Amino acid sequence: METFVTAFSEAGALLVSFDRDFLSIVGLSLRVSLSAVALACLIGFPLGAFVALARFPGRGFVILLLNTFMGLPPVVVGLIVFLVLSRAGPLGVLGLLFTPAAMIIAQTILVTPIVAALTRQIVADLWVEYGEHLRSLDAGPVTTLTTLIMDARYSLTTVVLAGFGRAIAEVGAVMIVGGNIDHATRVMTTAIALETSQGNLSTALGLGIVLLLLALTVNAAVQIINTSAGKRAALA
Amino acid sequence: MSGPASLLPLRVQRLAFEAGGTRLLDDVSFTLQAGRRTVLLGPNGAGKSLLLRLCHGLLTPTSGEVRWSLEGRRSARRQAMVFQHPVMLRRSAVGNISHALAAHGVARADRLPRAYAALAQAGLSDVARRPARLLSGGEQQRLALARAWATQPEVLFLDEPTSSLDPAATRAVETLIDGFHAADTKIVMATHDLAQARRIADDILFLHKGRLLESGDAENFFAQPTTEEGRAFVAGELLW
Amino acid sequence: MNILTPILSLPLLLTALLASPASAADSANDGDRALLLGTTTSVENSGLLGPLLDAFHDDTGIEVRAVVRGSGAILQLGRSGDFDVVLVHHPNAEKAFIADGHGAARHLVMTSKFMIIGPAKDPANVRTAPDVAGALARIAGGPFAFISRGDQSGTNAAERSLWAIAGLSPWADRTRWYRETGSGMGATLNMASALSAYTFTESGSWNSFSNRGDLEILFAEGPRLANPYSIIPINPERHDHVAAGAATRLVDWLTGPAGQSFIAGFQIDGTPPFISVR
Repeated sequence: METFVTAFSEAGALLVSFDRDFLSIVGLSLRVSLSAVALACLIGFPLGAFVALARFPGRGFVILLLNTFMGLPPVVVGLIVFLVLSRAGPLGVLGLLFTPAAMIIAQTILVTPIVAALTRQIVADLWVEYGEHLRSLDAGPVTTLTTLIMDARYSLTTVVLAGFGRAIAEVGAVMIVGGNIDHATRVMTTAIALETSQGNLSTALGLGIVLLLLALTVNAAVQIINTSAGKRAALA
Repeated sequence: MSGPASLLPLRVQRLAFEAGGTRLLDDVSFTLQAGRRTVLLGPNGAGKSLLLRLCHGLLTPTSGEVRWSLEGRRSARRQAMVFQHPVMLRRSAVGNISHALAAHGVARADRLPRAYAALAQAGLSDVARRPARLLSGGEQQRLALARAWATQPEVLFLDEPTSSLDPAATRAVETLIDGFHAADTKIVMATHDLAQARRIADDILFLHKGRLLESGDAENFFAQPTTEEGRAFVAGELLW
Repeated sequence: MNILTPILSLPLLLTALLASPASAADSANDGDRALLLGTTTSVENSGLLGPLLDAFHDDTGIEVRAVVRGSGAILQLGRSGDFDVVLVHHPNAEKAFIADGHGAARHLVMTSKFMIIGPAKDPANVRTAPDVAGALARIAGGPFAFISRGDQSGTNAAERSLWAIAGLSPWADRTRWYRETGSGMGATLNMASALSAYTFTESGSWNSFSNRGDLEILFAEGPRLANPYSIIPINPERHDHVAAGAATRLVDWLTGPAGQSFIAGFQIDGTPPFISVR
C-alpha cells in the first residue's frame, strides 16, 4: 500500500516540477507515438478504404491478415525492425537503429493494421449508404475514397485514438529498436521499465500515473474537438 | 448546354435481370426520346426501380442491352439520379452540391456560384450552410434535386422521389421537376402514384411483375389501356 | 470543411513533428553524430553511467549515447557493428570477440564485486561458508529457492562458472528451486525480493537497488568474486562506419586519470559500487 501512496505523490511531484529530463521523456513519447499514428493514418485510411471498396482476388485473405495484425506483439515487431535496421541488416547503412526514427517506424507498423482494419469496417458501412449516389455521380476511385474517409471523419477519430493508445502504451518495440538511451530514445514506458528494474517501484508507478494522465488528456482533447462540432458529430 | 451530341434516344432491347435465381425483369424493350417526360408506372414490386438503375448503369443486366447514343464516361456524366431516400452526405447543403460538382470535375472557382444558384432554384438559399442531414424530409429531397440539377444532366432519373413526403413537399418537388423539364432535361421518373403520373407523364411505361405491358402516349394509356392489368391499375384496383 | 478534422490535420502534424530540431539531429551524418556505446545493466543500474558520460562530455565535448543490455546481447550487437564501442563484463566472450576480429583490443576499466544475496535470516547458512562454491552448495543442499538471470549476461556467466566449480549445474537439472528469469538484473532482484530467495548479483546493481525487502549481502569475499569491466572499441577495419576516433578518446579518458578518479570517487549512499584499476 505504501508504494501506491508514494506513487501518487511522486506523480504529483513530477508534474509540478517541470523537471527538464522528465519533460523531454514526455515530449519524446508524444513525438514518437503521434508521428507513428499520423503515418499509420496516412497509410491505414486509404488502405482500409481500398480494401473495403475494391474487389480483387485474395481480398478475404487481406482482411484476415489486417484483423490478425491488429494484435501484433510489439516485441515481435521490435525484433523485426531491429533486424532490418541493424548494421548487419538490409537497411543498416541508414544508421537508424537506436534513434527516434526507428521507434516511429516500429510503432507505425504496430498501429497501421489497427487503423486499416477499423477504417475498412467503417468505410464499408458508409459505402452501404453512399454507394449508389457516388456511383450515380460517376465518381472516380480517388473521389470515392476521399469522400468516404472525409464523411467518416468522426468515426475515424475513434480509430486514431485506438491507434494512439496502442502506440503510447507499448514498451516492447521501442525498447528493442530505441534502446532506452537517456536524453535520446527514452520514453515513458521504457523509463517505467528502467525504474522498475532499479527497484524504484513507486517512481515507476508514478510515471505510469503520468502516462495515464497523458492518455486522458489526449482523449479529452479529441472529445472536446468533436463536441464543439457537436451538430455535425451528432450526424455521424 | 452539355456538348454537341445528345445522349438520346436511349434504346433498351430485350433487357432481363435476375437475382438469386429469380427473374425480376424480363424481355423489356423500349426507346426514350428527348423532350418528353416518361413515367415508369406500376405497383410496388413491378421492377420500376430496377429498370431505372439498369438504365442509369448502377446495375448490370443479365441479358439484353441498354444503349445510349453516346458511350462511356460522356454518357455517365450527363445523367443524374434522385433516389427515394435521398443520400445526404455529412456536409452542409451547399457542401453536398459542391461535392457533386467536384466529382464531375467542375473547376473549384465555379463550384460555389453554381451550387448557390441551384440552391436558389430549389428555394433552399436560407439553409445553405445547415448540415444536410438536419434538413426536413422535403428539404432533403429538394436538395437532392438541386444537387442533380447543378450537374446539368441531360437525363434525370427519379425513383419515387415523393413517396415519403407530405402533400406540400410533394408539390414543391413536382414544381422543381416541371422546371427541369422546361429547361430541356429529359425526365424519367418511377412512381406507383396514379395521380402523380397523370400530373407529370407525357409518356407511360407500364410495368407489371417484371414485364413491360404497355408503352406510349400517356393520354392514350389513361383513356384506353390495352391490357387487362393496365385497365385494372388505371381503375385503381390493386394488382399483385 | 472543418480544418480540425483528422485527415486534414495529419499532414500538418506530421510535418511539424518530423521537422522538429531533435529529429534533424538524429539523422545527422556520421561525422558529428553522438558516440554509440553498448554497455551492461549493472553499469546503468549503479547510477554511474549517466554522471560518468556527462563528465566525459564536459572534458571532451563528445556526446555519448548508451544502450543497455546484458553483456552477451551487447557483444552480439557489437558483432553486427551497431555500436562504436562496448563496455562489458564477460571475459570469455570478450576474448572470443577480439579473436574474431570485431574489436581491436580490450582495456580494463574497473571492477566490481559479485555477491550472493538472500533473506536476512539465511536458512542455508551461506554467511559462514568457507568459499563461494561452498556457499552455493549449501543453497543447493537445502534446497532453497535461488533466482538466476539465465540471460547470457556477464553476471549469469560468472554465476554459472561458480556453480561449475561447486560441481553443480542446476540449470540443466530442471529443479524447482533454481529459477531462471531470463531477464535483466533488476527484474531478477525484484523477483528475489518478492520471494525472499537467494540470488547472485554484483555490487553495481545492488548498491542502487531500492526494493530490497528483507534481502541482504550474505557472501561477497574472495578472489573468484572479482568482476572486471573492459571497454572494447569496435574494429573499424571490420565496420567502416564506426566513429573510431571518438571511441578511442573514450577509451583513453576512461583508462586515464580523469576517468579513473571519477570512478574511484563515485559513491551511492557512501559505498563505491566500482573499484578503479589504477
